[in-house]
Amino acid sequence: MPLYATHRDSGTVTVVDMGGRITLGEGSALLRKTIGQLLDEGHTRILFNLADVDYIDSSGIGELVHAYTSARNRGGELKLLHLTRKVRDLLQITKLYTVFEVYSDEPTAIRSFQ
Amino acid sequence: MAQDHKHLEVVLDSQVESVNLAEEMCLRVAEAAGFDEEMCYRIGMSVREGVINAFHYGNQERPDKKIHLALELTPEKLVIHVMDEGKGFKLSDVPDPLAEENILSTSGRGIFLMRAFMDEFDVVPGSTGGAEIVMSKWLPGVPGHANGQSGSSENGTAPQKEA
Repeated sequence: MPLYATHRDSGTVTVVDMGGRITLGEGSALLRKTIGQLLDEGHTRILFNLADVDYIDSSGIGELVHAYTSARNRGGELKLLHLTRKVRDLLQITKLYTVFEVYSDEPTAIRSFQ
Repeated sequence: MAQDHKHLEVVLDSQVESVNLAEEMCLRVAEAAGFDEEMCYRIGMSVREGVINAFHYGNQERPDKKIHLALELTPEKLVIHVMDEGKGFKLSDVPDPLAEENILSTSGRGIFLMRAFMDEFDVVPGSTGGAEIVMSKWLPGVPGHANGQSGSSENGTAPQKEA
């Protein structure tokens, strides 16, 4: 399934709900476009909800890293919520699990930005 | 070639769509060969990364260059060859994506993932002058090999439990 991404506000935090595959091509491009637009609009506290992202390749991992560094470069924060097993496993073997702040419930994730 | 060896070879265009096509083809072969869902995922991901490597790094996304994909199914293992028409490269020249200075790099994890997910992996000079990735996975039930058991890992890259 192609990637979809919609966003909503939860207090001062922007939650981006994503589903599908983050892979080379449209998926990675949509992720880059989404983070670019949010940062341009001044959203700097961003939570990626990856609950329905069932597949990610090295290109997708690269886009997550790009989103993370872009947010930090704007003085913001980007955190991850609800990783599926495959995504979590990939972040662990690439050692990125220790780079990202990862949460398994949304209220806790939202509070962590305060 | 021995009768019990099956061979499939395709030539793909240098375009993004070839990545999905190659992955789907290999998944069908892997499923038919008896690999379980987890192993099929690892094989599919590795093929995907191999073709991305050929498309992006090897062929420099040039449409006049092709990607050569070959699958060999032997009684013991599935062997996958991905060859590009680029200038070739040495594995020893590939930066370690786990090194502290590379951990936030936005690229360079494909080779690492293939090595992690497959049982055997190498890069050799291809007949086209480019690089040829050769990687294999032991078939389920082959004595002395643990494949077919979900979550198994023979190379120490199994994910750790969540804290």
